[in-house]
Amino acid sequence: MNTNTSFLLNGHAVDLAGADPTQSLLRWLKSRQQHGTKEGCGDGDCGACTVAMIETDAAGRSHYRAVNSCLLPMGALPGREIVTVEGLAEGERLHPAQQMMIDGAGSQCGYCTPGFVMSLFVGTHDGDLSDHCIEGNLCRCTGYRPIRDAAKRLAALPIIEDRFGATLQQPRTALSSARVGDFHNPTTVAEALALKQQHHDAIWIAGATDLGVNLSRGQTVAPSFIALDRIAELQRIEIGDDAARIGAGVSLSRIEHELAGQFPLLDDMLPWFAAKQIKNRATFGGSLGSASPIGDLAPILLALGGDVHLAGPNGLRDLPIDGYFLDYRKTQRHPDELIVAVTLPKPHDLVTASYKIAKRQTDDISIVAASYAIRLDGERRVQHVRLAYGGIAVIPKRAVSTEALLLGQVLGDALVERARAALVEEFTPLSDHRADAGYRRALAGNLFVKFVAEKLA
Amino acid sequence: MSKPTTHESAVGHVTGRAVYADEQHPPQGLLSLYPVQAPHAHARILVIDTTTAAAMPGVVAVLTAADIPGVNNTGPIVHDEPVMPADIVSFHGQAVAWVVAEDEAQAAAAAKAVRVDYEALPPMLDVQAAIAANAFHLPPAKVERGDVVSGLANAPHRLHGELMIGGQDHFYLETQACWAQVDSEGTVQLTSSTQHPSETQHMVAHVLGIPSNRVVCRCLRMGGGFGGKETQANPFAAAVALAAWKTGRPARVKLHRALDMQLTGKRHPFFARFEVGFDDDGLIHAARIDLVADGGWSVDLSPPVLMRAMVHVDNAYFIPHIEVIGRIAKTNLASNTAFRGFGGPQGMVVGEEIVDRVARFLGLPVDQVRERNFYREGETPDRNQTHYGQPVVDNELPTLWAQLRARSDYDARRADIDAFNRTHAQTKRGLAITPVKFGISFNKTEYNQAGALVHIYTDGSVQLNHGGTEMGQGLHTKMLAVAAKTMGVSVSRIRIMPTSTDKVPNTSATAASSGSDLNGQAVKAACETLLARMAPVAAASLGGDANEVMFENDRVFLRDRPDVSLAFEDVVRSTYNARISLSATGYYRTPGLSWDPKLGRGHPFYYYAFGAAVCEVEVCGLTGVQRLLRADLLHDVGDSIAELIDRGQIEGGFVQGLGWLTSEELRWNTQGRLLTDAPSTYKIPTVGDVPEDFRVDLYRRTKPPSTNVIFHSKGVGEPPFMLAIAAREAIRDAVAAFGDARVVELAAPSTPEAIYNAIVKVRGA
Repeated sequence: MNTNTSFLLNGHAVDLAGADPTQSLLRWLKSRQQHGTKEGCGDGDCGACTVAMIETDAAGRSHYRAVNSCLLPMGALPGREIVTVEGLAEGERLHPAQQMMIDGAGSQCGYCTPGFVMSLFVGTHDGDLSDHCIEGNLCRCTGYRPIRDAAKRLAALPIIEDRFGATLQQPRTALSSARVGDFHNPTTVAEALALKQQHHDAIWIAGATDLGVNLSRGQTVAPSFIALDRIAELQRIEIGDDAARIGAGVSLSRIEHELAGQFPLLDDMLPWFAAKQIKNRATFGGSLGSASPIGDLAPILLALGGDVHLAGPNGLRDLPIDGYFLDYRKTQRHPDELIVAVTLPKPHDLVTASYKIAKRQTDDISIVAASYAIRLDGERRVQHVRLAYGGIAVIPKRAVSTEALLLGQVLGDALVERARAALVEEFTPLSDHRADAGYRRALAGNLFVKFVAEKLA
Repeated sequence: MSKPTTHESAVGHVTGRAVYADEQHPPQGLLSLYPVQAPHAHARILVIDTTTAAAMPGVVAVLTAADIPGVNNTGPIVHDEPVMPADIVSFHGQAVAWVVAEDEAQAAAAAKAVRVDYEALPPMLDVQAAIAANAFHLPPAKVERGDVVSGLANAPHRLHGELMIGGQDHFYLETQACWAQVDSEGTVQLTSSTQHPSETQHMVAHVLGIPSNRVVCRCLRMGGGFGGKETQANPFAAAVALAAWKTGRPARVKLHRALDMQLTGKRHPFFARFEVGFDDDGLIHAARIDLVADGGWSVDLSPPVLMRAMVHVDNAYFIPHIEVIGRIAKTNLASNTAFRGFGGPQGMVVGEEIVDRVARFLGLPVDQVRERNFYREGETPDRNQTHYGQPVVDNELPTLWAQLRARSDYDARRADIDAFNRTHAQTKRGLAITPVKFGISFNKTEYNQAGALVHIYTDGSVQLNHGGTEMGQGLHTKMLAVAAKTMGVSVSRIRIMPTSTDKVPNTSATAASSGSDLNGQAVKAACETLLARMAPVAAASLGGDANEVMFENDRVFLRDRPDVSLAFEDVVRSTYNARISLSATGYYRTPGLSWDPKLGRGHPFYYYAFGAAVCEVEVCGLTGVQRLLRADLLHDVGDSIAELIDRGQIEGGFVQGLGWLTSEELRWNTQGRLLTDAPSTYKIPTVGDVPEDFRVDLYRRTKPPSTNVIFHSKGVGEPPFMLAIAAREAIRDAVAAFGDARVVELAAPSTPEAIYNAIVKVRGA
């Protein structure tokens, strides 16, 4: 494993020897007096610290990805290339993303501005300058209208051939194994499992969108880390006739794009799952691994009846998602096992949809998430039904009683009303700062009503 | 006058080169601070043991109340705010000590090791509990007119209601930050992210027990303020100044987001009760309104916030007989403070609630009832006088309102929406138009003054200092425009300096939408003084009369001989050679103001800003999720000094108001700990909340103003915030369409959950 490590910051090599691997890139930049990148929250929720990171796909094509530098541990950086706001302008010549922000009065206090500029910069390269490009950036001054307009004007510009585009064209080899202190970056599953045998108290870390928050807040997470974000085996998406096998390390952004149109449940959910900076780093495996009761992907897997594939010291295990979640943040996965992939059966003739309700509809954590899969025969008799929820119990859960009530019955108004009433009673959710239990219960029922009205009318 | 087309710091913003308080070149030996936070909302401090912490790596000092050489207080009105409490903890998370260490991580680690023993005391955690316990700051305030008892008794109809309005975190992107250093001469040099450098200076002097002339406070720029740094920058400045004073080394603090949200006060939650008497046409005869602001643990700015609510509860409506009583609940929560609108928004939400209740009671269209109750000029009997005795100066609102109705196609859309609602059972649309009338000036008369200091150097370059602070609102951009226009020179000739108390002393907070009005006039006065000194010098060269000298386009000439001109810098040089001062102060006080806080009467506002908004929303009956489909805003900024700045204030204020009334919800646990202390749990609007169809227009006045505001502009910082009330009322309109209720109760903020609950109630009615 390479211990002589460095990364490229705005084209300049930076030696990582002696760096604290758990320190965020943001704090590291600040310690180097590079203050262009701002800290608005340190939790990955405001985007003021957005930087661009180059990612090379399996086909060898490189892309800029907007990421929150507050959630990016220095330990994950060996061999990576980062562009910050300081790297955009050449002397007094501004990048178009910067110029458009000026021309349209896109900055007021200026503190969120570098983050927006970096999101727009990435947007000019990946071709998405819609609202989704800047949804992960909070601005408290402008009301966003001038920034949205800056994005539109940027989108209307002819494609720029500049040094940033040229950088992407350079050939790149896959990232090699590396270590920064107690932060290990293996490149194969076997290497990762072997490291885990050597360091039993190490924690798996994927995109660091969850653990990165703890690290950013200065909490002690684990004595050592095994990062999973440069293991090629975990980065594959295999699409078959009956199912898609998604590598545990595939980012949600890639899932959103590469599986678009094949799984309505994903198409409904991923645009609202989180902001782009998060989706560029968060993974399916990480979402299941953290086993959050409000993870928005588990209900999809539950609704389609998918499988979770684990690798451990004793080999591979394939577990059905049903029964995978045991208790609050407890699953059947043994601590030294690794999620390597999930299999998502194709819906074929099922009618499916996902719903997510949150206090704010963009970039928020669910109050209730629901994923539904149902098949009716010609007489509207329910032949197959799975109703899965997040946010209503200590684990993501199916409404099995209501499913039983529905199965074999003709789906008419009376049955929908009975199902709604049953769903309200099926769970005993908590009241918390997001919502009261009563609202969660009501949503459990009403989202099914909405599903029937929208998809099965 | 050439109007600015960019923010003066725009290039700095987009390149990341603009420097904020915590981003300066660090001096040798810079220390960092971290607070020791109380785990109780109310408790007695028994003992603070710093021994272990003080011995930890990097720790230089652990500061407690005992270390304060001067007065342990930063309360701006009442001296009830210790920098660190000596005995009683007053809110959850309060800083009872500050650890000073070589770096922030060391300070944070040591803060955990400070042992504090507490005796927990029963906390007061909300307005209702405080009302029940009769726990208030200060005596009640009252504003009244006419005879409310007989007014109510004689009205054909009466109704009453109550409303709880939630608070709002400022969520400025740059959290509270301050650096302090005691220089070689013993002067305390502060760089603070503060809206009120003079008060920060004075508070630090008090705390250190030194005269104000030994403290200089500078503000470079803020990453947002919104009122949250009007007084609340002071305790953090005091803590770092104390650290620098005690250790002899420079010190800094910049709060992490969760700390900032836990430690600082917010927009006041309000509880309102009202009784209103009205006739068949919805014309209001009388109202009795009881407002209780949740002040939090200390007084801070609560009295003027409450008073502004009390004098804006009428919004745009004439109420002949009215009694408004206001109280400030004393609770064990962070001390609530100034926030854009300063109580005005809460008062106006109550006013609009009343009008809506009246309209629905009578089954009349709400927009008609609003219009009927407007203040209007030139009617007999008079209906243009507010309940505090001031006429609605230059009342343009009825005209503005009519223009917006037409421009937004209100009537046709009303019909379309009603048709849509008849055919959709689970989705309803709502439409509302609401007015804004907002008084401009500080309620407290003495704050309505400002100063400026302008230097011209012999090369013809100009340095501009004024007392206002830049928090993103574009004040510096406007001041540059004022100076350039007054002196007839290009903006590129002028350099604006960081706000500093050694340049302009005894300034007022940059607040109350008055930054441009006050400082603009002071800048203009300073520039005019300089021109008056230069004019005779130029006149002598040009062979004319000083009164005929014109300064335009960086040239100086006689009015009727513009072809013979001198370069501005040449006149500067000649003035210097003639031994005439090229440095001048400017000073301004707003004319004609008076206010008797005891009687609640006077002429507190120089003028009013007017605006109106139309919002259209769609609400899902199954989930309560709403979407703002379109917003039309028409706002009166007078003759704009910088249109792009003013539009930015209007759009930004509206969206901030939208957040307050929809997604921004503060929740505490039963121990008084703030649960929503991060953007993961506290949801300010994103771009996704802003309608694609967002139309903003500046109102053109129909007649010249009777006041003399700087270049006939109008203050614009706060008033547009309240345009967002149209979104709340549009949501209410949509909720109403789910049933046939004569009362539509809607919580504030209207989260999806709150909207859903309102729909359930309407459906059940």
